[in-house]
Amino acid sequence: MLKIADKTFRSRLFGGTGKFSSSAVMNEALASSGAEMVTVALRRVDLEDPDDDIMSVLDRERYWFLPNTAGARNAEEAIRLAHLARAVGGTNWLKLEVTPDPRTLLPDPVETLKATEILVKEGFIVLPYMNADPILSLRLQDAGAATVMPLGAPIGTNQGILMRSMIEIIIEQAQVPVVVDAGLGAPSHAAAAMEMGADAVLVNTAIAVAGDPVAMGRAFGLAVEAGRMAYEAVLGASGKHAAPSSPEVGLEFLK
Amino acid sequence: MSLFAVPDFSEFQSLLHSPTTTDVEAVLQKDKLHINDLATLLSPAAGEMLPALALRSAAITSQRFGHVIQMYAPVYVSSFCNNNCVYCGFSAENKIARRMLSLDEAEVEMNILADRGFSHVLLVSGEAPGKVGVAYLAELARRTRDRFAALTIEVQPLSSADYCTLFEAGITGVAVYQETYDRAVYEQVHLAGKKADYDYRLETPARAAEAGMREVGIGALMGLSDWRSEGLVLGMHLAWLRKHFWRTNVSVSFPRMRPAEGAYEPPLPAGEKELTQLLFALRIFDWDVGLVLSTREEERYRNGMIGLGPTRYSAGSCTAPGGYANPEIEGEQFSVGDHRDLQEVCASIRLKNHDPVCKDWDATFQKGF
Repeated sequence: MLKIADKTFRSRLFGGTGKFSSSAVMNEALASSGAEMVTVALRRVDLEDPDDDIMSVLDRERYWFLPNTAGARNAEEAIRLAHLARAVGGTNWLKLEVTPDPRTLLPDPVETLKATEILVKEGFIVLPYMNADPILSLRLQDAGAATVMPLGAPIGTNQGILMRSMIEIIIEQAQVPVVVDAGLGAPSHAAAAMEMGADAVLVNTAIAVAGDPVAMGRAFGLAVEAGRMAYEAVLGASGKHAAPSSPEVGLEFLK
Repeated sequence: MSLFAVPDFSEFQSLLHSPTTTDVEAVLQKDKLHINDLATLLSPAAGEMLPALALRSAAITSQRFGHVIQMYAPVYVSSFCNNNCVYCGFSAENKIARRMLSLDEAEVEMNILADRGFSHVLLVSGEAPGKVGVAYLAELARRTRDRFAALTIEVQPLSSADYCTLFEAGITGVAVYQETYDRAVYEQVHLAGKKADYDYRLETPARAAEAGMREVGIGALMGLSDWRSEGLVLGMHLAWLRKHFWRTNVSVSFPRMRPAEGAYEPPLPAGEKELTQLLFALRIFDWDVGLVLSTREEERYRNGMIGLGPTRYSAGSCTAPGGYANPEIEGEQFSVGDHRDLQEVCASIRLKNHDPVCKDWDATFQKGF
């Protein structure tokens, strides 16, 4: 079981709510994926409107609601959005996204760390989205982040785990769960992240813009399970040199 | 900071006219495009390959924006204008009944849009700073800000300090179209008023971005000069803004002059095919730029383009000040081509397997209101 702060999750796949062709498709795709934690952009929803197209469809009994601060360009804006989420959305969980470049949506390490420090002190459970930077990961962990969420590749690119070496170091060093977020474009990418030892992955675009988002949600759910199972089963070592399964290496002379 | 410099149109004509089908095919295989590649996509050869451009544009749009279209509506607050622009319905020379909404009247118009479901509103006025100035816009923003996700303006160019004031008051973005990047043509059609200053207008998006505005909208009228050249400079302007103001979102609009509009005949009218090529070319050039398709275009065209490149649609627009509260009112800036209301446009978007999104920003991002 995945444990974040004081909450446990059976599913290690986190879902998103952006880019779907309708709220109905979003709901079905999330259901088929088995995700239990779902992130929602605060810019996209009106938490005060009971008829909001996303919030009215999302079953908060079934999904752990993880509001995110997408669009915030500095710590101050992210913190203001966090306060909104807590006051109106009734949660102190937050996926912290500080993305000052609206084009690449890459996270600002300085502002993310600053916001994490402040929000943790204010009692938020902070899950910061970050570049795959091992030292930043440790700094966020020291600041009290509940997880670290390094990107696999630039968001929305579906390129998979381009940051492999850095994510391996992050996983090796982390004491909090590592959630690979952004860039995962195919179930095989998600499986690879899980095989590496990531505690969870977050997938949105690859499911939302798939030809059949519902089937793709299921495919990601299965891949995450398979990848985790493989990690727990401990993978055989891999290398560049051929290794015969019944080696004859000429050691018969040994006494 | 160096200013954006517009090359003379004669400098890049061969880039626009020499590409072959093979050149276009090569560009369609690329991920990162050079400005010369945009010229290739704007070439006559590329115009013969619209289906291939459409496929690429649609795939990029789907990946970057998903299956969503953001909805907005304009509120015209004043038709007073000090400029004399030969093509415009609000031109100072035109003997039309001018109207400026009081703050209360403007608020009524905005409330009507909020009740209809709009959360992104564009405030538009003629350019008469003595009428609709910074104080008016700031007060209107303060009064209405908490009812809308985003408030943008399309008014006279302002100073950076004025944009700071408006941003603090809750204005999210600024749209200002160069109308034409062709300096000679610009001088021929902008006969009087502040707008006759080509460079001041050209530098406006930069001043707005510098002041912290979240988004700047740029565009060129299609019909005043050669649309291919305008499109290429539009791409240069876009890339320049990206480089210098990386925190600012950029969107592009495509105000296409319709020959039927008023007495003015655009000298180089562009048809739907040309508009389509320009839109696809810009999408393939810049994957993340917001592309706006307003109600200037007809229902048939707007329905057809859903999912192929545009990311933002207006609906139910009235271009006369006070026209939402008083539908019989006259004095439009231009007549719209798509008369459907928000619900009807949303229904068409859903039929095309896309989600019409009315809220994609939040008042919480900005302070001071």
